[in-house]
Amino acid sequence: MSANLDIIKLSNAQIAWRAAQDIEDGAYVNLGIGFPEMVAKFQPEGREAVFHTENGVLGFGPAPAPGDEDWDLINAGKKAITLKPGSAFFHHADSFAMVRGGHLDVAILGAYQVAQNGDLANWSTGKGGVPAVGGAMDLVHGAKRVAVITDHVTKKGDPKLVQACTMPLTGVGCVTRVYTSLAVVDVEGGHFVLREKLPQISFADLQAVTGGELNTDGPVADLAVPEL
Amino acid sequence: MDKRIATLSDAVAPIKDGATIMIGGFGGSGAPIELIHALIDHGPKDLTIINNNAGNGHVGIAAMIEQNMVRKMICSFPRSADPRAFTERYLGGQIELDIVPQGTLAERIRAGGAGIPAFYTPTGYGTELAEGKHVEEFDGKHYVRERWLKADFALIKAEVGDTMGNLTYRMAARNFSPIMATAAAHTVAQVSSLVPPGGIDPEDVITPGIFVDGVTEVSNPQQEEALNRAEAVYP
Repeated sequence: MSANLDIIKLSNAQIAWRAAQDIEDGAYVNLGIGFPEMVAKFQPEGREAVFHTENGVLGFGPAPAPGDEDWDLINAGKKAITLKPGSAFFHHADSFAMVRGGHLDVAILGAYQVAQNGDLANWSTGKGGVPAVGGAMDLVHGAKRVAVITDHVTKKGDPKLVQACTMPLTGVGCVTRVYTSLAVVDVEGGHFVLREKLPQISFADLQAVTGGELNTDGPVADLAVPEL
Repeated sequence: MDKRIATLSDAVAPIKDGATIMIGGFGGSGAPIELIHALIDHGPKDLTIINNNAGNGHVGIAAMIEQNMVRKMICSFPRSADPRAFTERYLGGQIELDIVPQGTLAERIRAGGAGIPAFYTPTGYGTELAEGKHVEEFDGKHYVRERWLKADFALIKAEVGDTMGNLTYRMAARNFSPIMATAAAHTVAQVSSLVPPGGIDPEDVITPGIFVDGVTEVSNPQQEEALNRAEAVYP
């Protein structure tokens, strides 16, 4: 079945596109380093989100053209960014006051594992090496809505949506929605609640690659995403 | 009142072996490269360095680590494009690491500068970074108690400074510098442009001079990211 999943599953761009559709007009948004940064590219027409980066910029825009970088103007991933009209600079304590103080509407992060109680593991594989946490532990307890975008399973085919995280936690009970390569799943009351799934996969097959029990509390919509 | 320091070597001369030093910057943005390199020339050992990262390439903090000046790093993210200087010594047991969530690091520094010895934050609750720390419940939610963080010295980079120590910054290069300036016993800023009192509109001052002990002018300062992209090595 895993070969089959590889054919039907959404690309990273498509997962990012789906997550972007839920960002309301006027939202203040923090996107995690790497894959989540892609969400900014898919802002729906007519909606304006203001992007926050932990290192002290609000209202930044896309990367500049190669050669136009100013390395004093970067995001949390140390990548060059541009400014939009109405942007602001601030120091780190103010930046994390925005985070912990509940001023951000949405944070979208990557994950190693998400548990059915909303626990998130995304900072350490627990296998030694050099630990590095950055702002992830602050973000998961700050934003009003903490969403995860991820492949539904690991490269080896193991579930990333699990009953209980086995990897070191980033935060406890913090994730509210997961956008995967196969489905959109909410975390509610200590359970996974399936909201959308690719029409090509049956509920039973989706459950088979999900570590925790998938619940429904109404009709499950088709996860519909454009070719990107 | 005149806080000018004539040379970079004068600026770092008071820093002795065993000192704890906050160094401004997030990645290469805001890294006070000239002050760090002057500190390498001065050569104190056994230092504890507080920064968001743990050096990149072979300049700045990475170069300090390569000179075996650093005993301990307190940081949130000791990874970079080229983190070898830190990684090799960390895995070899020659350098200690205290990993702190980024927002907790910022707030610990802010608290240090504001005279608040401890505070509660939700960050890290239930994770291994909160092990052994006091937890308390407020309004049904769990919070971890964190201590303030202070330092003997802060070395920071600013854009315009006046001789009274008032500072402005350039874009995202501001990052940790304003809070570090408050939390160190002795703060030195390298400034791209040094002006007389009145040369900065009071409305534009980001760091008031009361937090700054010395300013030294480095016009056309080097930018760490640009140095690394040019594969620069110091010394």
